[in-house]
Amino acid sequence: MKPYLREKVPKTLSEIPEYTVFEAGYLVSKNAGWRNVRPTVDKAKCVGCLKCYLCCPDGVIAKQDGKIAIDYDFCKGCGICAKTCKLGAIEMEAEI
Amino acid sequence: MSITAKTLDENEYFYGHKACAGCGGSLAVRIALKVLGERTVAVLPAGCMSAVGFNFPQLCFSNNAIISTFAGTASMLTGIEAGLRAQGITDFQAVGFAGDGGTADIGLQALSGAIDRNDDILYICYDNEAYMNTGIQKSSLTPFGARTTTTPAGKNIRGNLRPKKNMFEIVAAHDIPYAATANVGFLQDFMRKVEKASKIKGTKFIHIIAPCPTGWGIPSDETVEIAKEIVNCGLWVLAEYENGEYKLNYRPKNFSNPADYLKKQSRFRHLTDEDIQTIITSRDIKWGYIDKNYKFNQEEKL
Ligand SMILES: Cc1ncc(C[n+]2csc(CCOP(=O)(O)OP(=O)(O)O)c2C)c(N)n1
Ligand code: SF4
Ligand code: SF4
Ligand code: SF4
Ligand SMILES: [Mg+2]
Repeated sequence: MKPYLREKVPKTLSEIPEYTVFEAGYLVSKNAGWRNVRPTVDKAKCVGCLKCYLCCPDGVIAKQDGKIAIDYDFCKGCGICAKTCKLGAIEMEAEI
Repeated sequence: MSITAKTLDENEYFYGHKACAGCGGSLAVRIALKVLGERTVAVLPAGCMSAVGFNFPQLCFSNNAIISTFAGTASMLTGIEAGLRAQGITDFQAVGFAGDGGTADIGLQALSGAIDRNDDILYICYDNEAYMNTGIQKSSLTPFGARTTTTPAGKNIRGNLRPKKNMFEIVAAHDIPYAATANVGFLQDFMRKVEKASKIKGTKFIHIIAPCPTGWGIPSDETVEIAKEIVNCGLWVLAEYENGEYKLNYRPKNFSNPADYLKKQSRFRHLTDEDIQTIITSRDIKWGYIDKNYKFNQEEKL
């Protein structure tokens, strides 16, 4: 499990809890808009060593079929993954 | 064997948060929670990690998590542990993630009290070396020479005049069951320490250096690399305290030049050669003390 995007955004007074208690992992907005550069993975070069997965501050890199996949909804484009990959399998490309 | 990237819990417990890109503190929190697992109750005092993790309705922890008062991380952990135990619940971890200000300044008394009672809690200090959430003010863990908004760099004063407080040894001096230092550039070592702490009864403390691109003045992709550099140039020491003994985990063969580490960061850019010499001299005195008083087993790899 990880926190995931919900359709319902609590707005009205009755939807907002009276006490400071609410469901854990409740997301209503993405972070994709923060990104100027986008990490792209060259699957042919990736050996699935998981160095990038470990180092991502946002936890948006997941294991996939012995390699990795990035959740672009929440990647901020910090570039740490690209620097960590010693095989050059991740490149940072400008967002258009 | 300790947890590795391959065996680490695949769930994410700190996700969608609003920390700056490349935030070292959020990396420390994320990894620690993946080691500790779902049945963890996290306490976050005022500071960046609570500010970026709880923006109702955007709630970025998928385990139980709560904000505490700025000073009250350790006392809230004490209460959570006692409360769950009173309800007969035993399979949980109570962990706190407090900043350097929240730990070494305002939260020190509560932490000291918890260690004195030997409450069964894990306290993790993510150290970005200033009060970042309120705009980069000096804390007692800000290193010598660093420019902050309360220790400006001008003609008369060149940044912070005081050395960084030795929080690790202050905590160890309580004769705590387990204390360790860590660094986000050495995550394997950090995971091992969190896992080890989770299995020890009583109070545990881990102090992890967590670079902050915004406050240190470094590019967002430098966080992990610069964290490695602070260890390799000898300005941060990876160590543990257990059973009344200090243990060094890693000794760089030859220290890299601290000037290279310092000059990459805008908070140190004003430092003169003389200031850098002051930093090197105090580093060497510290290592002289460590080599004399800390056990070191060369065979044990990080
Ligand atoms: C009693 C009290 N004093 C001051 C504040 C304002 N405040 C909120 S966060 C913060 C800075 C926290 O610094 P640190 O603990 O180093 O964490 P960081 O923000 O760097 O992650 C301050 C001063 C507060 N919330 N409560
Ligand atoms: S660091 Fe590089 S090789 Fe390793 S998993 Fe990531 S992309 Fe693949
Ligand atoms: S750019 Fe940063 S946030 Fe995005 S996947 Fe890489 S490390 Fe994670
Ligand atoms: S100011 Fe620093 S510590 Fe705070 S969220 Fe940004 S990078 Fe992280
Ligand atoms: Mg801080």
